[in-house]
Amino acid sequence: MNDSKDLILRRIREALKSPAPVPGGHDYSHAETTPTRPKPDLGSFRQFLPEVENDFNSQWSLLSKNFTALKTDFGLLDSKEELTRFVQELQRTENWKRIGYHRGGLTTPIIDSIQTEKVCVNDPYDCQDLEKCDVGISECDAIVAQTGSILITARSAGGRGLSALPPHHLILARTSQMVSDLPAAYDLLYQRYGQSYPSMISFITGPSRTGDIERIVVLGAHGPKKLTVAILKD
Amino acid sequence: MSTGYAKEFKENSGRMSQDLTHRAVIKKALNAYEVKRDENRSKYLDWQEARQAAAEIKWEAVNHLDRYLLEMTEKLEARGTKVFWASNAEEARNYVINLSQEKKVQSIIKSKTMTSEEIHLNSALEKLGYDVIESDLGEYIVQLNEEAPYHLVFPAMHLTRGQIKEIFKKKLGSNTSDQPEELTMVARDIMRQKYLTADMGISGANFGVAETGMISITENEGNARLTTSFPKIHVALMGIEKVLPKLGDLALFLPLLATAGGGQQITCYNTMIGGPRLNDEVDGPEEFHLVLIDNRRTELLSDAEQRDALHCIRCAACLNVCPIFKSSGGHSYGTTYQGPIGSVITPHLRGLQDWKHLSLASSLCASCTDVCPVKIDIHHHLLHNRRNAVSQSPVWWEKIAFIGFTFATAIPALFQLSIKIARLLQPLHGLIKGSLIDPARAWTQTRDLPEIPAKSFRQQWKERK
Repeated sequence: MNDSKDLILRRIREALKSPAPVPGGHDYSHAETTPTRPKPDLGSFRQFLPEVENDFNSQWSLLSKNFTALKTDFGLLDSKEELTRFVQELQRTENWKRIGYHRGGLTTPIIDSIQTEKVCVNDPYDCQDLEKCDVGISECDAIVAQTGSILITARSAGGRGLSALPPHHLILARTSQMVSDLPAAYDLLYQRYGQSYPSMISFITGPSRTGDIERIVVLGAHGPKKLTVAILKD
Repeated sequence: MSTGYAKEFKENSGRMSQDLTHRAVIKKALNAYEVKRDENRSKYLDWQEARQAAAEIKWEAVNHLDRYLLEMTEKLEARGTKVFWASNAEEARNYVINLSQEKKVQSIIKSKTMTSEEIHLNSALEKLGYDVIESDLGEYIVQLNEEAPYHLVFPAMHLTRGQIKEIFKKKLGSNTSDQPEELTMVARDIMRQKYLTADMGISGANFGVAETGMISITENEGNARLTTSFPKIHVALMGIEKVLPKLGDLALFLPLLATAGGGQQITCYNTMIGGPRLNDEVDGPEEFHLVLIDNRRTELLSDAEQRDALHCIRCAACLNVCPIFKSSGGHSYGTTYQGPIGSVITPHLRGLQDWKHLSLASSLCASCTDVCPVKIDIHHHLLHNRRNAVSQSPVWWEKIAFIGFTFATAIPALFQLSIKIARLLQPLHGLIKGSLIDPARAWTQTRDLPEIPAKSFRQQWKERK
């Protein structure tokens, strides 16, 4: 099917021949062809976005506050053994019968220590099997203190489905993965993925929610009803 | 004369503004929103500077739209995305229909996209026998209730839990209480299999990214993530004005949209998609199609004075503060995009003379302009639309009235005389006030003109001297 690319571009170029008034102003008496100052960029956003302090302790306390406010469960674990026990304890209390996971430095040893049915998304998997999992266990790219968000990509967190389909999403992370704010998270994306971005990148902030009925918040609309972040000190 | 659309708007808004139940439902929902919005806005170091920066970035994008669209689409195509440029609604619909036929699609799952409402995609697909289901809870409720979304962001905001319970009972045969949790779980259970079995997922796009060739989707429910993960074909619909220059611009726009739109610091899921599943990835759609839609956006672009209306990120903050929206209700507008921003852009998208009445339905209080996160000069544009509508098609009796007024006011003696006559005639007007033979009926039916004082200011001034 032929599309209207040339037509639309022609219309745009024709329309843009007359310059628009300065951005964000109310002055129609003169129109500018160039903005009055350089376009704001990533670094300058920190001047007005919610403030985040520089040291680890304040960032951690902000992160904990955000996690709590958005109903994200979390644990700070001192060693790999503790992390393993944390996950095993979750398995016991929630009685996981089937686990979805992807292979990774943090996930593999822990998954190996758990005796139950497993669906590994690195091998071709049937989405119906993943749907029957009680939990999806993944890693992530970063944790954002400013917003309490987890940054995942199709590459770091086992594709697209694992973190969205099972009713509980468990993220295994390290304290060194904590970044201060959204500009820092985007910096990390630029540096880590440069010109070869994964096909899906997502900021996850709390369990899935909706307010579509009388603006009352209900957790677990379509995505995970529960979100847990287990963070290993390093 | 007023058009059919104007008549409908007048009737519907007149009826709705007297509906006290509706008013209470909207008030309750929006009060809760305002509290959360203010709380999160106060966390910004400088909310006004954030708005200004966003306005400048959108200005840059919209005023170099050809360049940024080419950059975005070239990057997307290089990584296996099929981009289709649709000049109007019909081309966009036909593309999706042809694709569905070609790929033998049977069932389609959709996540929220206002652009698809704009091009009336659902009805076109349903007419051809496709099973189309809306996965966003609010959209699903209004789909079941066979009505259009009431609000850009909160589609089912006008319905109470009791009404939603009845809709579910009638359409789905579900037998639940009216608790929001239970009702949400009914939709969740129905939808889960749909994500896994649908052949095509259709989503919108809140932003496009030129630098890296991506779209960005903002949501809370996770339905967009599921819609774009499991079906073999993902189709995204995007208005051409949604493109941003840099990936990093999202570090500002994601929180700005969440705070202005839902009173949140950031929404639950903000997902950037740059193509179909890559070779080294474990899952994702085999095909990703991006349909770029003009549909008269270039008309608006050519109006340099109102070009900033294309900065709109569809957060609906202007609806939430608008006294006209709150009393008239979203459905009265009869447009895809309701509220103040809808009143500005609809005349451009669907014809000025047919939709000029929306620009008159405003108290010009400017709350919309105050809250707009990208600083669109909304209330002034309502005035610009009024001016343009009149200069394009002047109303004969208004013209005569103004000629008469200009004549009378230019000659002091004549002006004094007309005041005297008016003072004498005013009591007589009382006899016909608001009745069918009253020429000023539209105004006087519900309003009283104050009595003209016995002595004018001029007279009093003279006497004091």
